[in-house]
Amino acid sequence: MLSIKNLHASIEGNEILRGINLEVKAGEVHAIMGPNGSGKSTLASVLAGREEYEVTEGEVIFQGKDLLELAPEDRAREGVFLAFQYPVEIPGVSSTNFLRTALNQVREYRGQEPLDAVKFLSLMKEKMALVEIDQKLLSRSLNEGFSGGEKKRNEIFQMAMLEPVLSILDETDSGLDIDALRIVSNGVNKLKSDKTATIVVTHYQRLLDYIVPDYVHVLYKGRIVKSGTKELALELEEKGYDWIKEEVDSAATV
Amino acid sequence: MSKDNQILEELTSKEYEHGWSVNYEADEAPTGLNEDIIRWISAKKEEPEWLLEWRLKAFRTWQSMTEPQWANVHYPKIDLQSLKYYSAPKQSKKPKNLNEVDPELIAIYERLGISLNEQKRLQGIAIDAVLDSVSVATTFKDTLGKLGIVFCSFSEAVKEHPELIKKYLGSVVPMTDNYYAALNSAVFSDGSFCYIPKGVRCPMELSTYFRINAANTGQFERTLIVAEDESYVSYLEGCTAPQRDENQLHAAVVEIYAGAHAQVKYSTVQNWFPGDKEGKGGIYNFVTKRGICAGDHSKISWTQVETGSAVTWKYPSCILKGDYSVGEFYSVAVTNNYQQADTGTKMIHIGKNTKSRIVSKGISAGKSQNSYRGQVQVMKRADNARNFSQCDSLLMGDRCGAHTFPYIDINNPTAKVEHEATTSKIGEDQIFYCNQRGIATEDAVALIVNGYAKEVLNQLPMEFAVEAQKLLALTLEGSVG
Ligand SMILES: Nc1ncnc2c1ncn2[C@@H]1O[C@H](COP(=O)(O)OP(=O)(O)O)[C@@H](O)[C@H]1O
Ligand SMILES: [Mg+2]
Repeated sequence: MLSIKNLHASIEGNEILRGINLEVKAGEVHAIMGPNGSGKSTLASVLAGREEYEVTEGEVIFQGKDLLELAPEDRAREGVFLAFQYPVEIPGVSSTNFLRTALNQVREYRGQEPLDAVKFLSLMKEKMALVEIDQKLLSRSLNEGFSGGEKKRNEIFQMAMLEPVLSILDETDSGLDIDALRIVSNGVNKLKSDKTATIVVTHYQRLLDYIVPDYVHVLYKGRIVKSGTKELALELEEKGYDWIKEEVDSAATV
Repeated sequence: MSKDNQILEELTSKEYEHGWSVNYEADEAPTGLNEDIIRWISAKKEEPEWLLEWRLKAFRTWQSMTEPQWANVHYPKIDLQSLKYYSAPKQSKKPKNLNEVDPELIAIYERLGISLNEQKRLQGIAIDAVLDSVSVATTFKDTLGKLGIVFCSFSEAVKEHPELIKKYLGSVVPMTDNYYAALNSAVFSDGSFCYIPKGVRCPMELSTYFRINAANTGQFERTLIVAEDESYVSYLEGCTAPQRDENQLHAAVVEIYAGAHAQVKYSTVQNWFPGDKEGKGGIYNFVTKRGICAGDHSKISWTQVETGSAVTWKYPSCILKGDYSVGEFYSVAVTNNYQQADTGTKMIHIGKNTKSRIVSKGISAGKSQNSYRGQVQVMKRADNARNFSQCDSLLMGDRCGAHTFPYIDINNPTAKVEHEATTSKIGEDQIFYCNQRGIATEDAVALIVNGYAKEVLNQLPMEFAVEAQKLLALTLEGSVG
């Protein structure tokens, strides 16, 4: 489904991603871990099409299409979803209105009829139950005055509404208490199918107890320096990143 | 170059939708401005002697006045002698009712999406259509007439209701009030007149649609709304003009009188031609709008969505004379390209326990300049006067400007006046967030801007609110992304 080859990206002249290779197949869950500043959010942003980042080398193929050629909105319409680490606030625009605009544009792109208000509302109700989100929250301005946890929950709610093919969750677990973490993870799990794939970016093993990854990758200094199965996450939990850093850094000096 | 600049470089505002003009045979005043022209206009309109005298008095005062310079707008000096002060489509005879109006003129309005056909109109809006200097048609006259409501062109009112015109004309905006108001008083051509009798709640929105068609013609309309005690009316004003290279002058005067317990809601969606991307052409919009809450417990509410004009100079104001009277001003002013807007309000608290509320939302894009100028004045006897002002500015890009000039003048210690102001930039991260959900940049901007302006748009009657949202989006189209 997603094939990233030798991806290099920089911002303001600083190279942040320095040759990423990653293959994600339908039905898989990949976890990307790594110390702060290693480039996890950058990778997510580059995949989503944030224009501040300049891709200097490499290619990304998503479902047979050159992802890097597509405008950000078209990537979304093709089924790439990013749950932001820091969701932005849009004053005066309710979540409901926002999502209706989004969903109908996505549907139009896919050659589907726009949803009328009644159908939209019933879809909303269905998905609200999935992430146990309060309807009151959805009539408020998007993310404005939301708690950290509410913002994250709202991200997953949007994901549920838009039914993406590839979901990238950027530290969705941070800011969530243990109950919220369970609810959000349950939501994500229910949305999984053999036709979709998920990339979870996280610092912590605890999320991976709920969303169980097929593969775990460690990103460090803009490269995937280690890949493994979920046992790798446990090992990292226990030993931290230092041993990997040392491995990589000493290899680099040789 | 940052992304902000780059996207602004691509700034291509969608061509102004109403930029066409129609050729019709016109009855025009000779070019220029002098007493003879004023006599010519007055004669053309078959006005009574007192009105001619009123005009001439205004003209003589105007001659001694100078153009105000204090607004934060810059434009070349307007050669008032090069303009025509009257232009009317030739109609063989005065139409007695809608059926007699020249179909070509009706067609002009159809093209603007405004049907003057009463059957086709949505229920609930009566329209007075003003083309250049004259009113061409007023709808639903009979329906309103049964309630004693007068809604007709100003010229007609002068003939049919001279006592009302004599009583109220210039009573809120004196002819000598300011340079443009004096000019308007001297040469005003047509406009609308509404009169709501005591205790009557006007059952439909009253609406005037102004269209400038002729070239080199100033439009100087005059609107007078009189709401007697315990009456209610909601009035809408819309306007367009053809796209022309040269600038056209528009200097209107609107006067509102509200008696005790009366409520007047005045909404404008201003969509004059703003000039092209290079700042060529466009309407100079110098307008004086003022209402007086003459009776106790009366209320006047101004809502304006200003999207057009090359230069806007406009301060709808309320004189809160009656005790417990309320004045409101809700404004969205958006400027793009080289547009300049200096707009705001004046709330003058005279009566006791008077309240005013100001919500101003400026949006600037391109190389435009957007200024809020507001005055809150609390007079000596206005015990317990309250004012709340909220002035927000939204910037798109870094080549536009937003300015706030609040003037507060308090002469009573019991007054409570609050002023809040914010400036924000439309964020790339907001747009990207929308993009990431599948929303195209243009729509993202529209969404964000409409969200920002929501508090004001919510004040508009439903049909107008939708129109206004579209206009905001249209004005800003191409300003990002
Ligand atoms: N706008 C920017 N300008 C310069 N450097 C940036 C910018 N954004 C991110 N970086 C740098 O890129 C690196 C990777 O950041 P990020 O992808 O957010 O890391 P992670 O998500 O793994 O914590 C960091 O060193 C960060 O400082
Ligand atoms: Mg991050």
